[in-house]
Amino acid sequence: MFNVVRKAITLLALLATTAVAGQAGAETLINGAGATFPYPLYSKWFSEYAKINPSVKFNYQSIGSGGGIKQITAQTVDFGASDKPLSDAELAAAPGKLLHIPTVMGAVVVTYNVPGAPKGLKLKVEDVADIYLGKITKWNDPRIADDNPGVRLPNAPIIVVHRSDGSGTTAIFTDFLRGVSSEWAHKVGTGTSVRWPVGLGGKGNEGVAGQVKTTANSIGYVELAYAFENKLPCATLKNKSGYWVEPSIQSTSAAAAGAVKHMPADYRISLVNQPGKNAYPIAGFTYLLIYQQQKNRETGRRLVEFLNWELEKGQKMAAPLLYAPLPENVKKMVGKTIKTIKY
Amino acid sequence: MNSNPAEASINRASGKREDTVSTEAAFRRLKPERGVSGDFIFKGVTVLFAFSILVIIAVMVVEMVDQSLPTIRKFGWSFVSGREWDPVQESFGALPYIWGSVVSSILALLLATPLSVGTAIFVTEIAPKRFGAVVAALVELLASVPSVIYGLWGVLVMAPWLQQTVQPYLIDHFGFLPFFEGAPYGVSMLAAVFILMIMVVPIITSITKEVLLAVPQSQREAAIALGATRWEMIRMAVLPYGRSGILGAVILGLGRAIGETMAVTMVIGNTPQISLSLLSPAYTMPSVIANEFAEASSALHGAALMEIGLILLAVTLVINVLARLLLWGMTRRGARGGAK
Repeated sequence: MFNVVRKAITLLALLATTAVAGQAGAETLINGAGATFPYPLYSKWFSEYAKINPSVKFNYQSIGSGGGIKQITAQTVDFGASDKPLSDAELAAAPGKLLHIPTVMGAVVVTYNVPGAPKGLKLKVEDVADIYLGKITKWNDPRIADDNPGVRLPNAPIIVVHRSDGSGTTAIFTDFLRGVSSEWAHKVGTGTSVRWPVGLGGKGNEGVAGQVKTTANSIGYVELAYAFENKLPCATLKNKSGYWVEPSIQSTSAAAAGAVKHMPADYRISLVNQPGKNAYPIAGFTYLLIYQQQKNRETGRRLVEFLNWELEKGQKMAAPLLYAPLPENVKKMVGKTIKTIKY
Repeated sequence: MNSNPAEASINRASGKREDTVSTEAAFRRLKPERGVSGDFIFKGVTVLFAFSILVIIAVMVVEMVDQSLPTIRKFGWSFVSGREWDPVQESFGALPYIWGSVVSSILALLLATPLSVGTAIFVTEIAPKRFGAVVAALVELLASVPSVIYGLWGVLVMAPWLQQTVQPYLIDHFGFLPFFEGAPYGVSMLAAVFILMIMVVPIITSITKEVLLAVPQSQREAAIALGATRWEMIRMAVLPYGRSGILGAVILGLGRAIGETMAVTMVIGNTPQISLSLLSPAYTMPSVIANEFAEASSALHGAALMEIGLILLAVTLVINVLARLLLWGMTRRGARGGAK
C-alpha cells in the first residue's frame, strides 16, 4: 500500500517537473531595471500584456534611474528605464548604440501649506525659483501677493521643503528652475541630488508631502500622481508664454506637444518650460533604454512586439494611473524609432 | 573587588576543591589519543571562525578603500574637513555628515545611559520580581520594533509635537543659548536625538540587566553586612562590579545609534550644515548614503558616498577605542583607590 502511494507521488513529481520544463522552453523572460516613477504603470502593462501574450514574461526591478543606467550599460538587463535622458558621456560608455524610447510623461507639482490660502495658489515660475533660492522669504511678499488678489497671505517665513533622496523628480524640478532663473543655473544647476541653498529634506514624495502637511507656511514639490492621489493643494504656475496653467494630465501632454517642432531624433530633450497656451512648465519624459542592435534574436523580437503594443494599447492605461500619455505626433515618431531596432 | 579578604579566600578554597574533582573526572572519561585529536579539531575550528571575522573586515575595508579611491585621490584630507557637498559641481566634503552622526549619537547616549541603567537597576535590585520581569519584557519588546516604524512615528507624531509644543517653549525660555536658536521646524537634530534615545534604551537596558544579575550575591551581602543602605550597596558594590559590562552595553548602543539610517533620515531634516542649535536640521553619514546612493550615477559621487562609509567605520572604531581607554583608566584608578 505504502509503496503504491510512493510510486504515485514520484510519478506526479516527475510529471510536474517535465511540465514546468516544457513551459520554460517556450517562454521568453525579459529582464529590465530602472526608474521607480513609472513602475506602477509598467507593472500594469506587463500583467495586461501577459494576458495577450502569455509566452513573454517580464521581470522589472525598480531600483532607480541611476541603477537602470548602470545595469543596461553593463548589459545585465535587456532594457533599462530612466526618468532622465542619458548624457553624452553616459551614452559613450555603453558598449552599443542605446535608444531612448519615451513611454509616458510625468509632471512635478508645487504643493504648499499656507493657512488661509485657497487651492490653486498662483505663482510665477520666477517666484518659485526665488523661493527655492531663499530670495523670497515671506508669504506676503508683494511678488506673490500681487498675483493673488483677495487672498490674505500671512506675514510668515516660507519654509522650503525638498527631496533628500536622489530622484528623477528632483532632476526635473531643478531642470525647470535652471530654465527660469539664470542665478539658479549658475549657483545650483540640475541633477538627481543638488546642493540646496535653503530648506529641509524629506525622503521620498511621502517625506516631502508629510513635512509640508505638518508644517504651516511651507512649500514643497512632489510628483503629480502623488499629489492627485493624496489631494494635495497644487500651485497654478504662469508658464513662459505668459499663461496660467494648472497641473493636470492634459497640460502635461501639452508640454510634449509644444516640444514636437524641435524634438531631436533621440528624444533627449527636456520638456520643462515648453511654449504653448496649455503647456505645464514642469514635465518630463520617462524612457526605456534599449540597444538598437539586439544580441538575442528572440528577446529582441519579443521586446519590439511589446513596444508596439505599449504604444498602441498601453497608452490608454496611462491616464487612469495619472501618467500623461504621449501626444499623437510624438507617438508617430516613437513608432518609427521602434522600427529601427535590429534583431 | 576583593575588598573582603575572608570572602575571597573562601571562594578560592571552594574553587580549588571543585577544580580537582572535575579534572580527575575528566581524565577518567577521556582516552588520551581521542582527546588530542578532538582538541586539535576544536582548536582549528575556533581559529578558523575567529579569522573569518578578521578576513571579512579586511575584505570590507579593502573593497571600500578601492571603491573610494577616486575621491581619496581628488580631495585627500579636505574630504574630511570640507563642508560643501555639491553633486552637480562634483565637490564633496563630509564634515557636516560626520558632525551630525557624532553629535546625534553621543547626545542620544548621554540621555539614554542614565535612563537605561536606572531601569536595569530598578528591574534587578528594587522591583518585586514579577513586576520587574514585566518591565524588562516590555523594554525588550521595544528593541524588536522595526526602525521604519520609529521613523514614521517620529515624523507623524513626535515632530509635530516638537514643533508646536517643545521647540517654541525652548525658544521662548532658552533662546538666548546658542543651542536653542532658530525657527521651530519639528524635524531637527533634537528629533533625531530623541528617536535614537528611544531606540538604544532597550539595548543598553537589557544588557545592563544581565550584567547586574551576574554580580555575585555575596557582593551585595557583604556591603549590607558593613552597614550600607540599599543605595550605597548599589553604588559601591553592584555598579563598580558591572562597570565594564555596562560600558560594553553603551558601546553596543552607540553602534546602533551611529549606524541607524531609516528612522534618523525621516526626522533629522537632511540638511548638511554644522550648527550648534539642536533645533536646526542636520544630516548623518548613513542617511546621505541611503538617500543618494541609488541615483548616484557619476563615478565621483558614488566614490564620495563610499568614502563616507569608510569614515563611518573609522569614526565607530575611534569612539570604541576611546571608550575602552576610558574604561581602562577608570579601572586603574579604581584599583589604586582600593589599594589605599
